Amino acid sequence: MAQARRLSCTGRIDRTRPVTFSFNGSLYEGFAGDTLASALLANGVGLVARSFKYHRPRGIVGAGLDEPNAIVDVIVGGIRLPNLLATEIELAEGLEAFSVNAWPSLSFDIGSINNLLGSFLPAGFYYKTFFLPHWHFYEWAIRRAAGLGRLSPGHETPRVDHCHAHCDVLVVGGGPAGIEAATIAAARGGRVMLVERDHEPGGSALWRTGAASIEASLSKLRNASNVTILTRTVAAAFHDHNMLMLVERDPATMRQRVWHVRAGEVILATGALERPLVFPGNDRPGIMLASAVEHYVNRYAVKPGTRALVVTNNDSTIALAETLAGAGINVEAIVDTRPAPTAARGSLPVISGSITQTRGANGLTGARIRKSDGQEHDVACDLIAMSGGWTPTIQLFVQSGGKSRFDPETSAFVPDSSMTSVRVVGSASGEGLPAAPKATRLPGRQKAFVDFQADATIDDLDLAARENFVSVEHAKRYTTQGMSTDQGRTSNANAVALLAAATARAPGSVGTTRHRPPFTPVSVGAFAGHRRNLLYRPQRRTPIHGWHASMGATFEEFGEWLRPAYYGPDREAALRRETLAVRNALGMFDNTPLGKIEVVGPDAARFLDFIYANTMSTLKPGQCRYGLMLNEQGVIIDDGVAARLADDRFWVGTTSAGATRIAAMLDEWLQCEFLHDRVIVAPVTANWAVPTITGPRARDVLAALEPDFDISADAFPHMTFREGKLAGIPVRVFRVSFTGEVSYELCAPADRGAELWQALADASAGAGGLPVGVDAWMVLRTEKGYVHIGTDTDGTTTPDDIGWSHIHRRQGDFVGRRSLLRPANRARDRYQLVGLAIEGSLAMPAVGAHLKSAISPSEGYVTSAAFSHALGRPVAMGMVRAGSQRMGETFTLSQSAGRVRIVERTAYDPAGARLHA
Amino acid sequence: MLLIPCPFCGPRAEPEFHCGGESHIARPPLSCTDAEWANYLYMRQNPKGIHYERWLHVTCGLWFNVARSTVSHEIRAVYAIDAPKPEQA
Repeated sequence: MAQARRLSCTGRIDRTRPVTFSFNGSLYEGFAGDTLASALLANGVGLVARSFKYHRPRGIVGAGLDEPNAIVDVIVGGIRLPNLLATEIELAEGLEAFSVNAWPSLSFDIGSINNLLGSFLPAGFYYKTFFLPHWHFYEWAIRRAAGLGRLSPGHETPRVDHCHAHCDVLVVGGGPAGIEAATIAAARGGRVMLVERDHEPGGSALWRTGAASIEASLSKLRNASNVTILTRTVAAAFHDHNMLMLVERDPATMRQRVWHVRAGEVILATGALERPLVFPGNDRPGIMLASAVEHYVNRYAVKPGTRALVVTNNDSTIALAETLAGAGINVEAIVDTRPAPTAARGSLPVISGSITQTRGANGLTGARIRKSDGQEHDVACDLIAMSGGWTPTIQLFVQSGGKSRFDPETSAFVPDSSMTSVRVVGSASGEGLPAAPKATRLPGRQKAFVDFQADATIDDLDLAARENFVSVEHAKRYTTQGMSTDQGRTSNANAVALLAAATARAPGSVGTTRHRPPFTPVSVGAFAGHRRNLLYRPQRRTPIHGWHASMGATFEEFGEWLRPAYYGPDREAALRRETLAVRNALGMFDNTPLGKIEVVGPDAARFLDFIYANTMSTLKPGQCRYGLMLNEQGVIIDDGVAARLADDRFWVGTTSAGATRIAAMLDEWLQCEFLHDRVIVAPVTANWAVPTITGPRARDVLAALEPDFDISADAFPHMTFREGKLAGIPVRVFRVSFTGEVSYELCAPADRGAELWQALADASAGAGGLPVGVDAWMVLRTEKGYVHIGTDTDGTTTPDDIGWSHIHRRQGDFVGRRSLLRPANRARDRYQLVGLAIEGSLAMPAVGAHLKSAISPSEGYVTSAAFSHALGRPVAMGMVRAGSQRMGETFTLSQSAGRVRIVERTAYDPAGARLHA
Repeated sequence: MLLIPCPFCGPRAEPEFHCGGESHIARPPLSCTDAEWANYLYMRQNPKGIHYERWLHVTCGLWFNVARSTVSHEIRAVYAIDAPKPEQA
C-alpha cells in the first residue's frame, strides 16, 4: 500500500502534490515537502544502507545533518551526485536514489561477511595486516569494498556559480534563535543576511512548538529591505576575518551557488544535535534519535514504527511519549539509564535500566531490557527512540578561531572565548540544553556503536586506549571515529567521554579533535565553479597561432603559452625535417612568448648590474649581452639576452616561463631595497610578436623583406640589435641565437606579428625555409650545448657549476654574490654541467639516467639528450660530480645501453664559425 | 581569508595579494661573515604574536608593510615599506 506509514494529521507536507521517485530501482510516492528519508519511512522502507566496514544493515537514524547512515547517490535531471544524505534531499519528481556500499543488493550484501568476521577486524586491522610487501598491493581490492558512492562520468555535473557578498551581520541558522538575532540586527539597520540550510526557516519550531510566532517574525524579515534570507544554503566554512563560504543548492536542477560572504559580525545560531545513546546493538534499522522520531511524526506526518521503545539519559524525551501516542505509536516502555530518572508525562512508568541487546536481521524486532536491579526481560518493538544528550553545533565557531570547553552538565563541548567578531546564540551556545551524563559502557555483549558511519565501537576506542593512542587526534585516526563524511558530528562527544573513561581522564583534558572546513561535504566541482577545462586558467596564444594551426602544428602548453611543439603528424619525421632545415637553409620559429621587460631610467644601468650576475652597464646602445640572474642563495633562476636600447633604456629578455616572475622580482627590489633608484620596470612581453629566422639563409630572407637598415655581417654583427622597418612594419631586430646559426629575432608590434610572419613565410619558401616547433628548437640548442635553465640546472646550480666562474672578477655586489663566496660553492666535488658523448650505441640516453662508475652507483645524471640528425648521433649534457675536471672519463648508464664520455658541451660547430657568418 | 587594507586601494581580499614574508630585514654588505649572511637568508622571527611582514598588492603593484597577529590574524597596522615598525601594534 502506498505510503502506509503516512499519518492523516497535518504535518508540513503538501498532500495535493504527490511526487514519484525511485529507490534502488523501486518506484515510490511521497509528497512535496518530504525529504527522501521521510518519504522512504512513509513507505515503510527501513533498510537504506550498509555500513562502511562491516556492511551491517542500517536504517535512518536522524532527520537532518545528524544522519550517519542514509547516504545515497542521486540522479536528478540527468545529473548524478554521489554521497548525499537522504535526510537532506528534498523530494523531486523523478528523483532516482541508490544505496552506496552494498553489493549485489541492499538486502543481500556479500560484504556483510565482514560482520561475521567482526571480532577479527579491530581498529587498526588494515595497518596490522596489509603491510607486506606494501599497502598498495591490497589497496585496490580494499578500496573497492569500502568505497562510498560512485562518480559517473556519463552524467552531467551540476553547474556551479560563485558570487561574493558583504553584509554587516550574517546570521547562520534560521531557527528561533537565529530569527530573533536577525530581527534585532535588522532593526538596528545595516545589511543582514540570514542563512538556513533547510528549504524553510524555523528550525525546531517546525517539529516542536512555536511555528506561529516564528512565522510572524519571518514575514517581517522577508519584508525588510535590508535583510536577505538564503534558504537551502549551508555555511560550509568560516575563514579568517569573518569570511564565510556558503553553498546554496537548487533541488530541482542540483545547480549550486557558492557564496563568499564577508561579514562585519557573525552570529552563529547553528543549534544543537542529539547524540545517539551508546548501548549494545544500537545500530539496527529502526533505532533512531528521539528528536528524529519527533521530526518525522510532527513535520512529515510519518510514523517511523508501530511499537516503540524510548531509551534515554536526559529529560529532552519527556514529551516524546505523548507525541508517539498521539501518532498512534504504541509505547512499549521508557528506559532511562540514570539511576534516578525523571518521571515521564503520561501513564507509562519509567524504567531505570538499559538495553543489553537488540534483535532483527534487516530491521528491528525486539530488545532486551535490563532493570537497575539486574532483572532482564524481552520486549517486541520495531522502533527505538534513543537520546544520549545534546551537543551544540560549534564547528563554525571553532573554525573561526574560538575556543571550546567541556561542560560537565550537558557532557558536551560548548563555546568559550572567541577570536573574532562572532557570537553564538541559542542552543549552539549550550543554553537550554538538558543535563545529560557522559557516555559510559552499558552492560551487554553486542557491538555498541559510537560512530555509525565509520563503524567505530566502544571496543575500538578501548583498544586504541590500550595501545596507547590516547591523544584524541591519534585515537581518531586509529579507530577512524570522526573521519567519515559527517566528521563525527553526533559521535565526537560520546567518543571523547569514552576515551576519557578508558584512560582515566576528564573529557575536558582529552579535548576534541580540530574542526576544520568544510562543515558538511562540498563537492570539488563546487569549489572549482566555472574554473575548469579552458577556463581553469587563461591560456595564452601568440598572434601567429592561426597560421601554426593551418600548418598542422601539434600544440603543447609551455607555461601559460600554447605553442607549436612540431608541425605535421609524425614527431620523429618533423624533428628531422625541422632541424635539418635550420642547419641547411632556414627555420622560422615563433618566439613570441620570450619574456620581455623594459627597464628604464637614469639608474637603470646600475640597477641591472646588481640584478645580473654579469655586468650590463658596459653595454653600448645597440649592443646585446647574454646574462644570468641569480637568487640570493646564488642559484641560477633565469637567463636571457639584455640589450641597451638607449643610455637609460634596457631591454631585458627572460625565459618564457620567467617573464612574470622576473618582472615582479625587479619591482620588489626597487620598491623594497632601492627606493631612491630612478628606474621603471615595464613588462612588455605581450606587446611584441617575435618571429625568429635562423639558418644559413636567414640574411637572404631578411634582405628580401627590404629592411631600411644595413644587415651585412659587418654592419650588423652577432649580439647587436637594430631598430627599423621590415616590409613596412616597425621592428626591433636582435641578432642573437639559440641554435648556433645566424639568427634574427624580429620583434614587431603584436598586432602586426601575423603580417610579418606571413611575409617571412612567403620570402623563405624559395629558400628551403620551414616552420620549426619547440621540440626541434630544443634539439638545436642541445647540439650547441646551450644551457636551458630549469632543465640542465636545478635549485642548487650556481654560475660556477655551468662554467661561469669569470663573474668572480667583477667589482661590486649583485644578487646572490655573497652566497657564491661560501666555501661550499667552490668545492671541487660540485655537480658541473658537461657534454656527454655516447659511445657504442645510437640509442638516446634517457634524461635522468645516472652515470655509473665501477665504484659509484651515481656520479651524475643526464639532463638533456637529443638525436642530432645533423651529426648523425645522439648528443647529450649532464650534471656530473667535478665534471669539468673529468674530461674523457667514461661511465655506464643506469637506464640505457652503451657508455658516455665526458666532453665539451658544444657538439655542433664548436668553433662557432656559423654563428658569426 | 584575510581582508587587507592596501594603502593605495583600500580593503581588498587576500587572493589579490602576495605575502613577501618578514619585513625589516637589513641586507648585509658583501663584506659580512658567512654567519651574518646565513642569518639574512634564513633566520626569521616566526613569533606567536605580532609579525611585521611585507605584502604586495598584485593588482596595483604596491609593496607595503603589515603588522599582523599570528594568533588572531588581526591586522594591527599597515605602513609604508620604508617606515619603521610602529611603536604600538
